[in-house]
Amino acid sequence: MNMSTEKTYIELYQQFSHAIQKPCAPLLNAPRDAAMDAFIRMGFPSSSIEDYMYTDLSSAFAVDYGLNINRLSIPASPNDVFRCDVPGITSWVYFVVNDSFYIAPHQPKLPDGVIVCGLNEAAEKYSDLLKQYYNQLAPNNEVATVAFNTAFAQDGFFMYVPKGVMLEKPIQLVDIMRSDVDFMANSRNLIIIDEGAKAQFLECAHTADGVQFLSNRVTEVFVGENATFDYYSLENTHNKTTNIASLYLRQAASSNVLVNEIVLHNGLTRNDVQIDLQGEYCQTMLCGMAIGDKAEHIDNATLLVHAKPHCQSRELYKYVLDDSSVGAFSGKILVAKNAQKTEAMLTNRNLCVTPTAKMKTKPQLEIYADDVKCSHGATIGQLDETALFYMRTRGLSEADAKLLLMYAFMADVIENIRIDVLQDRIRNLVEKRFRGELSKCTGCVVCK
Amino acid sequence: MLTIKNLHASINGKEILRGIDLTVNAGEVHAIMGPNGSGKSTLSAVLTGNPLFTVTQGEVFFNGKNLLEMKPEDRSREGIFLSFQYPVEIPGVSMANFMRTAINAHRAYKGLEPISASDFLKLMREKKELVELDSKLASRSVNEGFSGGEKKRNEIFQMAMLEPKLSILDETDSGLDIDALRIVAEGVNKLKRDDNACVVITHYQRLLDYIKPDIVHVLYKGKIVRTAGAELALELEERGYEWIKQQVDEE
Repeated sequence: MNMSTEKTYIELYQQFSHAIQKPCAPLLNAPRDAAMDAFIRMGFPSSSIEDYMYTDLSSAFAVDYGLNINRLSIPASPNDVFRCDVPGITSWVYFVVNDSFYIAPHQPKLPDGVIVCGLNEAAEKYSDLLKQYYNQLAPNNEVATVAFNTAFAQDGFFMYVPKGVMLEKPIQLVDIMRSDVDFMANSRNLIIIDEGAKAQFLECAHTADGVQFLSNRVTEVFVGENATFDYYSLENTHNKTTNIASLYLRQAASSNVLVNEIVLHNGLTRNDVQIDLQGEYCQTMLCGMAIGDKAEHIDNATLLVHAKPHCQSRELYKYVLDDSSVGAFSGKILVAKNAQKTEAMLTNRNLCVTPTAKMKTKPQLEIYADDVKCSHGATIGQLDETALFYMRTRGLSEADAKLLLMYAFMADVIENIRIDVLQDRIRNLVEKRFRGELSKCTGCVVCK
Repeated sequence: MLTIKNLHASINGKEILRGIDLTVNAGEVHAIMGPNGSGKSTLSAVLTGNPLFTVTQGEVFFNGKNLLEMKPEDRSREGIFLSFQYPVEIPGVSMANFMRTAINAHRAYKGLEPISASDFLKLMREKKELVELDSKLASRSVNEGFSGGEKKRNEIFQMAMLEPKLSILDETDSGLDIDALRIVAEGVNKLKRDDNACVVITHYQRLLDYIKPDIVHVLYKGKIVRTAGAELALELEERGYEWIKQQVDEE
């Protein structure tokens, strides 16, 4: 392997090890060296590795990015540079700019016991919690970008919802990439939803400047027994962005989790989701949608692990690809030997609107139990010509007819949003996106 | 209103229409009958601009405008409507959204503002009563999960919403029980005016018991081989198509 790109970062790590560690709590520093060793062993994933067959991340790291190891503060406050696409869901709003945590002004008080703060602050103040949870799910030895994150991560987002607390409103985290030079951030999120608690979380990813960005984010989520957690992610970044978002979520018994990952606009995106059902009677809905045009590239890689009996999971990913955009999906459901009475359904459906759009899909089932109900399937197709003609005979222009069909195609993913106002907002954004009114990310100067 | 001259059309290089001549005036109801494979559905497809068919010869004028040069959507906006033999299911697109988009496209073509939400709902309510469609119609996906009869009633509902000048009903009676047939036919009859026209394409006489044609044509091997009054339909019902086929083949 040509390790020159890796070499740059390895040297950076070794040379600035002290600077990386200096602003950080010991808990964040503890796993760095081992993670760096794992990274050195693996190198950035190239397309020769099966899990990255359709998305070569090694070249994405080859850009000469700046890193803000010395934690210089950014010149403007997030509120000034950013107008959110999902306003008015009356949530608690927080920002992570690159990897630094900010609280939006005038936030209502959080319920007693609920903690939201920067990850580094949490590592200082709540070391007992962090000791128990931080870096416990991240597969540093298997996924190079995760190991890279663990080695470099200095801050990010932390949230803790204690036992039995139900949050009435969603928590919103707005991630903004901000820089005057090509820039990389390795931010890290940790979310703990304790027994019987309930929370809804929306994370939006944006870019604020016209430089090349690489965001390599790792999120670990623990959902306790009987807890309910919704995780929505919405990406609206510009075409010069590489967004690597890795979500590792563990469910305890009888918990209920919904993950819905929406890529509206992007450059190169790789989303990894791994959900471990580590207790009986868990319910999981994992879904996502991607809308691609121009040369956008979206790769979703998911793994659902049914480790215990009597769990139900549904997975649904949909792509609409226009122009020369590329979509990739690999979804695997693993049912362990003792996970009897598992019900798992995996569906991936895709529309290629042009002959130059490409979709690669790989749904997989790996089942070791013998009393389960599982299915998986994928389709790649074009817009239904008969339906298009039918609609045109009613006076709809070809463009309007296509729009309605593409929009209808995404309808069931949107219906899987359990926050009404967010569902309306996403519906509106998706429609705008298909109309071409959102063909640039908000306020963007880069996308042509 | 509609003038077809020497129309030839083919699909995949195979000629289906071989010189159709037909004139339809405002206020008239025409029936086009004929054995299977004679080109009846092709004629409706060509008139509405189905891209699967190629017009190789001839011309079609609709209210003085060259129809064959128009896109399917513009033909609709000019006032041509086709009730499909096999209405298409469109999962995820609600009838309300579909019809509002259609009506607004028609209105924009005429230089009118989009219809207001309340006017639209009123219009939907009024028109769906005409064909006795259920109250949940607006939120249902276009034709999805509709029974055969509902699909055909839904076609007539759309016709009522769009108020075309020329309606072409392609085998609207196929797959209908007698109640549905009555509802569909009554719907069509209520929409009939002096300034619009209707072409009923059918294999059987039975729809014509409800929708009385002024003129009956027989299509065979891609040509109109007989034209007469309503009595021709009755004769076909009684004697079948064999005698006409024989006569024509001998000619």
